[in-house]
Amino acid sequence: MRAPRAYADPYLAGAWLGLVLLAVLVVTGRGLGASGAFAAAAAGLTHAVAPDVAQASPYFARYLAGDGPWRDWLVFEIAGVALGGLVSAWAAGRLGGAVERGPRVAAPARLAIGFAGGAVMAVGAVLARGCTSGLALTGGALLSVGAWLFMLAAFAGAYLAAPLLRAVWR
Amino acid sequence: MTAPWIDGDTSAAALAIAGATGVAFGATLERAGLGSARKLVGQFYGVDLTVFKVMFTAIVVAMLGAFWLGRLGLLELSRVWVPETWIAPQLIGGLVFGVGMATAGLCPGTSCVAAASGRGDGLAVVAGMLCGVLAVGLGFGRLAGLYEATPRGALTVPGWLGVPYGAVVAAVVAIALAGFHVAERIERRP
Repeated sequence: MRAPRAYADPYLAGAWLGLVLLAVLVVTGRGLGASGAFAAAAAGLTHAVAPDVAQASPYFARYLAGDGPWRDWLVFEIAGVALGGLVSAWAAGRLGGAVERGPRVAAPARLAIGFAGGAVMAVGAVLARGCTSGLALTGGALLSVGAWLFMLAAFAGAYLAAPLLRAVWR
Repeated sequence: MTAPWIDGDTSAAALAIAGATGVAFGATLERAGLGSARKLVGQFYGVDLTVFKVMFTAIVVAMLGAFWLGRLGLLELSRVWVPETWIAPQLIGGLVFGVGMATAGLCPGTSCVAAASGRGDGLAVVAGMLCGVLAVGLGFGRLAGLYEATPRGALTVPGWLGVPYGAVVAAVVAIALAGFHVAERIERRP
């Protein structure tokens, strides 16, 4: 098997990412996002199983209004993210990599920790009304005060938690 | 005609652009190596500052582009949606998000890239995110007080400080360049 292609230079990749963000701002007047797609999907799934329960949640009800959660802009964007990630990983020979984990953690434990981390991250993203993509990147470029507060707080949270997570990663 | 050109979010054209944007976004994240949890958390152990470099380069490029296109009259900035500021929920949400990100090793966007490229840990984080949003959505009443606290609308740093837009843009560029310099030194540390 051939070795996977090296990762791109971070400044070059960052510049590309900035141009993608700028292009979507110019064309549509809105930026990137990710966590909003999860919220729309959660609203849609809840509505499919128990419509009354979904409508009773003020958080989900917003996503059910209008054209509904499955026609949400971010749902289409995140589907594109997955496709772009898949094609790029395939082209670089990185498809189907192993479970990424620290040297002291077994794969099943890493999956459980990842699941828990994802759930915690979701709570933060709901409260903040966005995540690294929609709030930090997009709002950061547009100089939104809340975006910069969120970014500082998120880096602070991650740096505070990292020493406690050494057993997981180092 | 002055940009932005597309109005509304759910027309066929808008959704096609959403998909195309996502493909470019996802491919760039993958190419930068941010679909790899170990690379991403390297940021928080001071061994690999790719996250900082990619994020801040992207912010600077998009910020400069939006500023100059606005200045040249090609982009109507008042029609570009600026993420709203909610001080308490974004500070507390940011802290919680950061703890979750260091635990998961991925953020919501990069977890989708990791999952799509066939990494099991990416899939686990995606599943955790989905369950987390489901739980919050169903028990939203408990968080509603904090969620609705301290609204400040579409507040920007220039508006908040009463400083010209261009001056803040220049300051962010200067801070980013200083940050890149520090990042290179941290990475070269033995």
